[in-house]
Amino acid sequence: MNRLLTFWAGQASHHAGQVDTLFLGLAVLAVLLSAPVFILITWFAVKYRRGKPADRTHAVNRNVWLEVSWAAIPFLATVAFYLWSTGLFIDLYQPPAEALAINAVGKQWMWKFQHPGGQAEINELHVPAGQAVVVTLASQDVIHSLFVPALRLKQDVVPGRYTRLWFRADAAGSYALVCAQFCGTDHAVMGGQLVVQTPADYARWLAAAGTDGSLAAQGAVLFRQMGCSGCHGAASTVHAPPLEGLYGRPVPLANGQVVTADDQYLRDSILLPQAQVAAGYPAIMPTYQNVLGEEDVLKLVAYIKSLANAQPGGGHE
Amino acid sequence: MADTAQARQRETTLMGMYLFLGSEIMLFGGLFAVALALRLMHPQEIVAASKHLHYGIGAANTVVLLTSSLAVALAVAAAEAGKIKGTVVGLQAGAGLGIGFLALKAVEYVSEYHERLLPALAPPEAFANPAAHLFMDLYLIATSLHAVHVTIGVGLLAGLALRVHHRSLALPRQATGVEVVGLYWHLVDVIWIFLYPVLYLVR
Amino acid sequence: MSEATAEVSYLEHGHSLKSWLLTTDHKRIAILYFLSITLFFFVGGAAAALIRIDLLTPEADLMSNEGYNRAFTLHGVIMVWFFLIPSIPNTFGNFLVPLMIGARDLAFPRLNLLSWYIYMVGGLFTIAVLVLGGVDTGWTFYTPLSSMFANGNVILAATAIFVVGFSSILTGLNFIVTVHRLRCPGMTWGRLPLFVWSIYATSLILVLATPVLSITLVLIAAERLFGIGVFNPALGGDPLLYQHLFWFYSHPAVYIMILPALGVISELVATAARKPVFGYRFVAGSSIAIAILGFLVWGHHMFVAGQSMYASAVFSFLSLAVAVPSGIKVYNWTATLYKGHIALDPPFLFAMSFIGLFVVGGMTGLILAMLAVDVHVHDTYFVVAHFHYIMVGGTVSAYFGALHYWWPKMMGRMLPLVWGRLSAIFIFLGFNLTFFPQFILGYLGMPRRYHVYPAEFQTLHVLSSAGASVLGLAYLLPFTYLLYSLRHGGKAPPNPWGATGLEWTVPSPPPQHNFHELPTVDGPPYQYPVEVDGEREAAHG
Ligand code: HEA
Ligand code: HEA
Ligand code: HEC
Ligand code: CUA
Ligand SMILES: [Cu+2]
Repeated sequence: MNRLLTFWAGQASHHAGQVDTLFLGLAVLAVLLSAPVFILITWFAVKYRRGKPADRTHAVNRNVWLEVSWAAIPFLATVAFYLWSTGLFIDLYQPPAEALAINAVGKQWMWKFQHPGGQAEINELHVPAGQAVVVTLASQDVIHSLFVPALRLKQDVVPGRYTRLWFRADAAGSYALVCAQFCGTDHAVMGGQLVVQTPADYARWLAAAGTDGSLAAQGAVLFRQMGCSGCHGAASTVHAPPLEGLYGRPVPLANGQVVTADDQYLRDSILLPQAQVAAGYPAIMPTYQNVLGEEDVLKLVAYIKSLANAQPGGGHE
Repeated sequence: MADTAQARQRETTLMGMYLFLGSEIMLFGGLFAVALALRLMHPQEIVAASKHLHYGIGAANTVVLLTSSLAVALAVAAAEAGKIKGTVVGLQAGAGLGIGFLALKAVEYVSEYHERLLPALAPPEAFANPAAHLFMDLYLIATSLHAVHVTIGVGLLAGLALRVHHRSLALPRQATGVEVVGLYWHLVDVIWIFLYPVLYLVR
Repeated sequence: MSEATAEVSYLEHGHSLKSWLLTTDHKRIAILYFLSITLFFFVGGAAAALIRIDLLTPEADLMSNEGYNRAFTLHGVIMVWFFLIPSIPNTFGNFLVPLMIGARDLAFPRLNLLSWYIYMVGGLFTIAVLVLGGVDTGWTFYTPLSSMFANGNVILAATAIFVVGFSSILTGLNFIVTVHRLRCPGMTWGRLPLFVWSIYATSLILVLATPVLSITLVLIAAERLFGIGVFNPALGGDPLLYQHLFWFYSHPAVYIMILPALGVISELVATAARKPVFGYRFVAGSSIAIAILGFLVWGHHMFVAGQSMYASAVFSFLSLAVAVPSGIKVYNWTATLYKGHIALDPPFLFAMSFIGLFVVGGMTGLILAMLAVDVHVHDTYFVVAHFHYIMVGGTVSAYFGALHYWWPKMMGRMLPLVWGRLSAIFIFLGFNLTFFPQFILGYLGMPRRYHVYPAEFQTLHVLSSAGASVLGLAYLLPFTYLLYSLRHGGKAPPNPWGATGLEWTVPSPPPQHNFHELPTVDGPPYQYPVEVDGEREAAHG
């Protein structure tokens, strides 16, 4: 039966198999709950046809216990499925720590991906089989949605925030990758391939794909080009916070709140610097809203993340 | 017999008005939900932006509207008692105070315009930050939507005063008309009483 | 004098155009709505026909990308706001609520007429959008696409929906007050026909949810005109805020679309079985329960939109809860048929097909409410199939059932039963052929709002388009024989189906003021058997 469902979409991950099983279970439940209705209506329509003799004595017009039971029993049955399905869903929010981090930017009407080593591709995503991959998604314009049917996964890509999608594809092969959220004129052709390769092939592909240095290295270049180092660099005279060791740490804000310096925080600090001002610093950082695209921001974020274990003032521990 | 039919008619009309007011509350409720969301997203900037508003004018306007509500309530009572003079005076006072509210609001808008606080008319750079701009946008939308309601209310009150004066609305038989407009006016007042703290007093 | 005029039916009472356009008679206003809604059904249906023709092949051969996007947007907008939401409440609700509760009219007859004019103004705006080149945002108007990027007539379309919203609010308000204030002596809440209960519940949603849509549309228009930024992250706003506001209205709105249908089916089932509806209290109460719970589940449209995981888990659970009252109705109807005297007349065939299709649509809604599954099928044809099963298979079937059932009452003419049965069957078959393949398409990963698609999907799409042509023709069928019956149908007796309910105690068509003397009710509803058995046989010949 599972085979039947896989002829186009394919089943590229363990999760996909689990979703199929859940879906089949739900289909069976749906049949069980609705079959009595279908069968009885038809049967009654035949048996109690008007003018046809049948035993119609003792027909009742209400029976509270009966009614409560056919409200409660189906509900309890669905609650069991709820627990199952919610369990699977929660897994989707917990990518393993060692997952390969890939960046994706959706824009009208293409997908751009970038690997940690800096390899970039458009409308195609190469990933190694058997390894967890976590894709950080950003949108340059409207809402898009990254959908890989073979993984049974999709995630909206919302301007102004990072969303994430993680998976572990088991079976090498090519699978459709599409945009599921209506995003304007060419929504229907905004898609391409997810290419799952053996780790060796993936390594070969990475090596062959040209790159201007790793993502973090590209970010470091931008960091100098855009003048960030003028304020945040060790030699700077501007009173700006050092970014070494920042990632993942709690940051006290001027308004008394404390937030964790995650990807979203770094992004907002660059594009909306006035929104969350670090405590003890003047709010003089300019916005880069109209200067940097989401891809550049992702590179800068990668660079700042690469400094997570560095000491302020330069030099790694 | 005629009396009970009239009483029934009155309750029917009032009920219709209450439901309409319920839907008005949901209309402004949407705006309040947006205000709450913005507040949660940008607590600091919103507080800072709110400090630029003329809370004095806002407070004065609150007093004006409350007084007008009182005048309208008196007019309703007079209408039910069949006192034509009292009704007309109450309605006129209500409408007059409503105009006063609008005038104060206009003064406020003008001074905000000069302080380059009024969105659409002031360049985006005039605002401390996007969130402040956003807050002023919401301020403008909410207060102008409210002002539209006040304007309609003033029109209704003035029209009623005229009709009562010319006896084309017979009192106390048709007092329900006054009562219904009174309810509407109270709602306009109540909405302001919520708008005022949400916009002016978040500081 | 009053004797004589009372006998003149509402249809005979004045023949001038003016007597129709300035009428405050709820029955005539119902007819006005019926005509205008039918018009919009065909406009929306024509858009559906274009969509299905285009999808016959994987390539874009009939329409360009832009053309297709405009087609499904207008299809959705017209079908939802200009056909389905007003369909049953504004035609049958208008016609029947006063008759069913023993009143001479709605509480505010002039407001009722005003609602129709407002509806027509909104309709004109929609036609203007159509003529000026359409709008390309999807019926959901998601930001920032609609507010900053789309190049269609977004503001005009938003205005159209804003205007028609007022019509909804005023209609709902009118019904609520009518049910509260104008019930005839003895018509207690526990004796109200179930159709009236469902219209009452619908009206609550109309009055309370529609204004939220209105203000949201105002914000969209302001965003587009002035760039106020509430939904624009670059200006500190949030695009998801829009989705919350939209679905806070639109999920309750789907119950606006189904509750009246559920009420119709309760009437049809009771009449067909000649038995009181099983568990009247539960069926009546479940309408109110659906109306209330319906306000708590909007987040199930946003499981992959980036809302918090916890919110999703809560919304998923509440969505299961909202299925319970629907289940009660379905099972209670089944129990009603047990030991009944069932007549397989057209209204009952439509009711049966309603029950079947509503259950499929509802159960798939339940599947959509399951988080892990929705992550996969969200925004695919699985969703398209789900809502067409409920809205078209369900509500439109109920609408046709109601049309057949109350036609003799409204027009005073009997309809050809054989043709009625045939069209019920054809609609059922055509419907399933159109939309069942879409469940499979969706699960296989066919995204919605695509005018081109991978070749693997073609077989299923062709099946669906074939079904749509059967369905389209089957929908045309009733309009031909109903029109025919106006001239050639037999005269309808007051109670052709042998039903209970006050509307069947007055002549068909009813006199202008409904009742000679206001009736008094002295017993529970659905007290069968009714002693008119011979009449139906005689009338249908
Ligand atoms: C009339 C319209 C209507 C109605 C009544 C419903 C009813 C329901 N809908 Fe549907 N829905 C839509 C119209 C409607 N929907 C539309 C238009 C969309 C798409 C919008 C868009 O994106 O464009 C949508 C989308 C939609 C989604 C989002 C899908 C997505 O985009 O990913 C979900 C998810 O939870 C959902 C769930 C439900 C549920 C749980 C019900 C329940 O109310 C169903 C209850 C009924 C039953 C369950 C059947 C009868 C019951 C039994 C036989 C008893 C046994 C069962 C139990 C008690 C468990 N719907
Ligand atoms: C509310 C009611 C409603 C109704 C009644 C219908 C009725 C139909 N719908 Fe619709 N549909 C929606 C609401 C509705 N729909 C909504 C809300 C959407 C989502 C839009 C969006 O994504 O924004 C949608 C989307 C939608 C899609 C998905 C488009 C996409 O995502 O790419 C499809 C595809 O098959 C479709 C098909 C149909 C069909 C075949 C019918 C049939 O039932 C129609 C049958 C009727 C007729 C065909 C009319 C009668 C016959 C004629 C007039 C013949 C003459 C015609 C010609 C000569 C051209 N609909
Ligand atoms: C004009 C000086 C200046 C420039 C140029 C500048 N910054 Fe900043 N930056 C600051 C100051 C001051 C702060 C602390 C106040 C604040 O949070 O806004 C800051 C804060 C930050 C933070 C948050 C740090 C924390 O501890 O919370 C990040 C991340 C950041 N900047 C990154 C960048 C990047 C990337 C660039 C270049 C694209 C850049 N900055 C350019 C002055 C600057
Ligand atoms: Cu991008 Cu659809
Ligand atoms: Cu919903």
